[in-house]
Amino acid sequence: MTIGLGHFLTVAAILFTLGVLGIFINRKNVIVILMSVELILLAVNINLVAFSTHLNDIVGQIFALFILTVAAAEAAIGLAILVVFYRNRGSIAVEDINMMRG
Amino acid sequence: MTALFFYLFSTVAVASAFMVIAARNPVHSVLYLILAFVNAAGLFILLGAEFLAMLLVVVYVGAVAVLFLFVVMMLDVDFAELRQGFLQYLPIGGLIGLIFLVELVLVVSTWSISPDALQVPLASNAPLEGITNTEAIGRVLYTRYAYFFQAAGLILLVAMIGAIVLTLRERAGVKRQDISAQNARDPKEVLTLHDVPSRKGLPESVS
Repeated sequence: MTIGLGHFLTVAAILFTLGVLGIFINRKNVIVILMSVELILLAVNINLVAFSTHLNDIVGQIFALFILTVAAAEAAIGLAILVVFYRNRGSIAVEDINMMRG
Repeated sequence: MTALFFYLFSTVAVASAFMVIAARNPVHSVLYLILAFVNAAGLFILLGAEFLAMLLVVVYVGAVAVLFLFVVMMLDVDFAELRQGFLQYLPIGGLIGLIFLVELVLVVSTWSISPDALQVPLASNAPLEGITNTEAIGRVLYTRYAYFFQAAGLILLVAMIGAIVLTLRERAGVKRQDISAQNARDPKEVLTLHDVPSRKGLPESVS
């Protein structure tokens, strides 16, 4: 049995769904939400690389590289914001993030 | 053989991704995230993208996951309290996830690429025969996408500066060494010589 494009796309779809599900069921924990976002970006990268191989076009891998860059930057900024928020409020619960409510 | 490794990597990746969102302890979540990334790197190798696989291990496992681990261990948070709403959101989250997954699988299984698209790839971007994946990426990345490459570096620089600016704080009351102030001290200003009269001592105003 050969492994084709559809197999990789299915794995990526499952990973993407798990990421979205993680955002839904861990509504209080910002760290796990950030990890879920990383999972979603990983699923997108698997899609891009699978298409890059299937279409024999290297540009998909270039794009995956840039997504990796943006994901790393996003994780760094997100965790920095989280640390500052914890320093100010002493908690990382999402419900406490309402300081800007009028 | 390829099929065996595909199912091995994908099963472990999906299982560890599930554990990321279901683990009770966030430290375990981060470790499962690392496992998911390593297995995704295995999938990338199966796809022939060795450079991205190594990049995934170096960047994600080496930098991002360790950053997560650092923050999870640094913040002293009662994580049991944060999991209170877990069961409350499980039905709606599971329903949405299930619908989403079914839609995605339907799209993937019923959709097919038109043969024309396969016949006409962007020819100049197709990896040449006889060169490695890394070399193929380098040939395109440093020529056609040079500006995007520079922009990616700029994004990382801005992210680094932003993270430093956000988390740096000046604490009041901390005594630090000020080297320039030390070097600028002049003996003439801080040192005075006095003739001390015998049996009288210095007048009060000087001492």
